[in-house]
Amino acid sequence: MTAAAIAPPRRRMRLPATWRRPLALVGAAVIVIWVLISVLAPVLPLQDPLHQSSAVLTPPSAGHLLGTDELGRDVLSRTLWGAQVSLPLAVVLVLASLVIGSVLGAVAGYIGGIVDEVIMRIADLVFAFPTIILAMVVAAALGPSLTNAVIALTFVNWPNYARVMRALVLGARGQEYVIAGRLLGSGPFTSLRRDVLPNVASPMLVLATLDFGNQILLLSGLSFLGLGAVPPTPEWGSMVGAGVQQFSSWWLATFPGLAIFSVVVGFNFLGDALRDALDPRTAGAVQGTTV
Amino acid sequence: MTARLEIDEATVTYRQPGRRSLTAVDHVSLSLEAGEVLGLVGESGCGKSTLARAVCGLEPLASGTIRFDGEPVGKLGLRPRESRQRRIQMVFQNPYASLNPRRRIGAQIEDARAVAGRDAAPVERLLEQVGLEPAVARRYPYEFSGGQRQRIAIARAMAAAPEVLIGDEPIASLDASLQARIASLMRDVALEQGASLLFISHDLSVVRVIADRIAVMQAGRIVEEGPTDRVWSDPRHPYTRRLLAAIPIADGLGRLPAEA
Repeated sequence: MTAAAIAPPRRRMRLPATWRRPLALVGAAVIVIWVLISVLAPVLPLQDPLHQSSAVLTPPSAGHLLGTDELGRDVLSRTLWGAQVSLPLAVVLVLASLVIGSVLGAVAGYIGGIVDEVIMRIADLVFAFPTIILAMVVAAALGPSLTNAVIALTFVNWPNYARVMRALVLGARGQEYVIAGRLLGSGPFTSLRRDVLPNVASPMLVLATLDFGNQILLLSGLSFLGLGAVPPTPEWGSMVGAGVQQFSSWWLATFPGLAIFSVVVGFNFLGDALRDALDPRTAGAVQGTTV
Repeated sequence: MTARLEIDEATVTYRQPGRRSLTAVDHVSLSLEAGEVLGLVGESGCGKSTLARAVCGLEPLASGTIRFDGEPVGKLGLRPRESRQRRIQMVFQNPYASLNPRRRIGAQIEDARAVAGRDAAPVERLLEQVGLEPAVARRYPYEFSGGQRQRIAIARAMAAAPEVLIGDEPIASLDASLQARIASLMRDVALEQGASLLFISHDLSVVRVIADRIAVMQAGRIVEEGPTDRVWSDPRHPYTRRLLAAIPIADGLGRLPAEA
């Protein structure tokens, strides 16, 4: 049996341990700041991110702290407003992948047999292509828009969750407490909901957290390639994409790039800490860490 | 009149890829009367746990039948277990794996009470019956020791008002001082409710204390079966004699313990 399956539910006791890691705090702080920015963008003293002016491609100055772009729009304003575009879409994308992948993976792992074969071979098919290439193909086929980019990325992303979920369910299915539930007359649905899923939720949560940064990167990547956000939406990836064409104006690509970088790093720090805290094998190491 | 549990020529085979199939249970016939305690002993790997799983419908039979109150026990597939067969309940070997770590004790016993319907005893009474405070119903499994968890597992099994209770090596992972206590507890709670008990163990000395009859299993077959006293004092099969000879002697006089 696995250590995870017989470990007591120490979530309440362990979460504080997460925060004893300095990197976890940094990661959480970065994400909280970005969430606040995305919520507060309309009330912050920012210029209209879509407002064009004759002051094109001005370097950072007192009037425009991060300079202006080729249409005279304020880069600071566009970068901060960009959080409102990328973060909610990443949440939708990760949640959709998590739900679809978990359901299919749990069904495959629990039922097994032909159902398992069919689901996992479809997943293998998706795995067989490089993620970004396949996402590009799907996004291009659907037409460039942020919604289609999210659909395309969900399509290439769910197998990651399905594969992990299937393995976890396969491990938990044979546990004696699951069998005990079956002997008491639980059907597959009750058994999964009551006995299996609560005991495999933590690794899935960690996976989703670590996946956030990745998905923001991919979403920006599609926009960078012109397959996601359409102008004039202030999306980070498309801003970087437009910026690299104005090579002498370094501020155009640098600041949205830093925004992507900070969010990705933030989610990775947080995901690492969550993994260490929720995994019984490394929990002791976390608790032993002094700050 | 038919026995409550009738195992007739039951055979369980495992297919092993690339190798010969393994017959874990080989034409075993046993019966269990109402209110009877049958001890099933044998060494590790002799097939006794497989037999227990087959009785619960967890292993398909290659041949033979297992009947519970005259009705054949089917293989448990994806469908919910047939309600009649929910009156066969099991206490597992590993008390650390047999309780859901994420649910309160009380909730897990409540699930089992649903099986018993109107026959269900209150959770408090079930816990008291196994020697635990009623207040523990609100706690999680990790707050308990192995022995306490096994008591909880027994309470859960009994909450379903079983007519056949199976203990699949329920004392194997407990320390020596607890083994006899938990074994006796299982006998007491089963008989108090009028259930039959199939108690599986490799420890003949513990089984002897609680069983009315003993069946000895070796390599998938029953090699000897009889009333406890007879098997203990007059073992007929060489394997039974070897098992008896392997029991550690406590008094150093070269006699079996509890014989005097």
